[in-house]
Amino acid sequence: MKNLKLNKIRNHDFITYLMVLIAFLIAGILSVTGQMSSLMEGLLVPLCIYVMLAISLNLTVGILGELSLGHAGFMCVGAFSGAFFSKCLDGAIPDGLRFFIALLIGAAVAGMFGILIGIPVLRLKGDYLAIVTLAFGEIIKNLVNVLYIGRDEDGFHFSMKDSISLNLKPEGEVIINGAQGITGTPNDSSFLIGAILIFISLIIILNLIHSRDGRAIMSIRDNRIAAESVGINITKYKLMAFSISAAIAGVAGVLYAHNLSTLTASPKNFGYNMSIMILVFVVLGGIGNIRGSIIAAVILTLLPELLRGLSDYRMLIYAVVLIAMMLFNWSPGAIEWKERMKEQYFSKFPFRKDDKNMKKEVK
Amino acid sequence: MSFISYLINGISLGSIYAIIALGYTMVYGIAKMLNFAHGDVIMVGAYVVFTTVSTLGLPPALGIVLATVACTLLGITIERVAYKPLRNAVSPLAVLITAIGVSYFLQNVALLVFGAGTKSFTSVVPLEALELAGGELVISGVTIVTIITGIIIMVCLTLFVNKSKAGQAMLAVSEDKGAAQLMGINVNGTIALTFAIGSALAAVAGLLLCSAYPSLTPYTGAMPGIKAFVAAVFGGIGSIPGAMIGGILLGIIEILGKAYISSQMADAIVFAVLIVVLLVKPTGILGKNIQEKV
Repeated sequence: MKNLKLNKIRNHDFITYLMVLIAFLIAGILSVTGQMSSLMEGLLVPLCIYVMLAISLNLTVGILGELSLGHAGFMCVGAFSGAFFSKCLDGAIPDGLRFFIALLIGAAVAGMFGILIGIPVLRLKGDYLAIVTLAFGEIIKNLVNVLYIGRDEDGFHFSMKDSISLNLKPEGEVIINGAQGITGTPNDSSFLIGAILIFISLIIILNLIHSRDGRAIMSIRDNRIAAESVGINITKYKLMAFSISAAIAGVAGVLYAHNLSTLTASPKNFGYNMSIMILVFVVLGGIGNIRGSIIAAVILTLLPELLRGLSDYRMLIYAVVLIAMMLFNWSPGAIEWKERMKEQYFSKFPFRKDDKNMKKEVK
Repeated sequence: MSFISYLINGISLGSIYAIIALGYTMVYGIAKMLNFAHGDVIMVGAYVVFTTVSTLGLPPALGIVLATVACTLLGITIERVAYKPLRNAVSPLAVLITAIGVSYFLQNVALLVFGAGTKSFTSVVPLEALELAGGELVISGVTIVTIITGIIIMVCLTLFVNKSKAGQAMLAVSEDKGAAQLMGINVNGTIALTFAIGSALAAVAGLLLCSAYPSLTPYTGAMPGIKAFVAAVFGGIGSIPGAMIGGILLGIIEILGKAYISSQMADAIVFAVLIVVLLVKPTGILGKNIQEKV
């Protein structure tokens, strides 16, 4: 019996890995053989970034069960720390190694911020937690915009005012220039690296979910008091999930930074709009369903581009699709209607009850 | 003298935040949802005033009435179409995402109708600036009107909720929907009324905001919306006096932060204060602390 259950879990994960692999191969072949428009090709790396952000946020929202609205903040931290490192050591060490270390640094710094922010934030609950994560995301974006770091032969100079107050020597160079951000980050990101990173994050998250720690995290989500009373260290597991989620977002940020030549922290890329966008991927894909978030991230990133022919109306259609999908998937009326339709037209076939229905019955 | 003038400007901005936050907090109290589209209702109200007054050349009073009516209808429609079907959904996040969808929808409709360009909003406040202390302290007409409007709205709303039958029904529904229904309260009607009042307040806030900061784009409502949301949480979400105190404090902190610390960091300061308050008092200044039971 135990083996059977394990197999089921492995099969479920295997399908997820296989799906990503097939999608990667199809996109890769299309891109190599030149069947893909340059617009779509430019979308491949952002696609990887969004998928990573979506699965990492799903760890916080779906597995840990806490609503976070500041995920873009962690991405911002990762992006700037990774780009800063790359800029400092550009040319000093081989490109591949440098990018690899930059990814590690992005993950470490974002994970550290995850712990730092998580300690106060995870004491709060529900909507209060959501608004505080939103506040932290905005603070990070705001601080990065007034941060100036320069370098000359004396070492690093640091200021929160402007680039002149850095007091650099004439040959010195400004690395982070406040609102202008970092310019000239080496262009290291590629679709292959993005796909590998998605695989690594998937392995980390899926294995975490099925491990002892993952079950502890999910028990906190399902009933905090019960989990506490059987001796689970709530703070430790909450922080674990939160910081892993932040670290993966940080890696996505490094990938983002090395895909653009100029990195700035604007409301558009690291503001709350971005955090909400990632949350939309997670909720549409199914909260707690990692495979679903991947599919939702891919579809929702491609949708505005596929609708580009409709130019002005595309974002409007996007909004309508979003509302309609939510109403269709979540409203009790629509769910009942779907079940009725199912019974009416498919009642002759034997039906396997899927996990979702089972869960509802338990509740 | 400059401190007093900053303080007055802060109270004025804070009154606008408080009016928006009242809409947030009432809707949250009764429907237990964060209405992310609230900020965009402000923007719609401002565009209605802009069209009637600047484009069609009609008197401002008519514009204000039209904007209030339009926003009220919009609020009721949004509630009926997008939120009501999800009221009993399994996940509370579903309605939040739908609200985000509505927010995108309103922004993009405005973008299609009015274009992305910034419209310069002509102030609908005819009042002259007031000079005090021999011209050292100048208070603009908009500031005075904003503060007075804020006070009137807060007094009226407090009286409405505490004295009128409909207001009592609102309190009852926010306390316990099922029990309220058993007492013969029309729950759907009460929720619709809450959305209507919240949206009408948003229209007023929109025209006050655009009279004080006269640039109007489809994204005008987003940031004040978020700030007002912060204000509502600051004061304790679901509490009407909390929203007023939270809004005014937030406005004062923002203006003083801009003036004395750093204009770029003003937003960060506002959010940092929020975090500190929530860490000391996790349910906001006037929020009720509900004990969790096993």
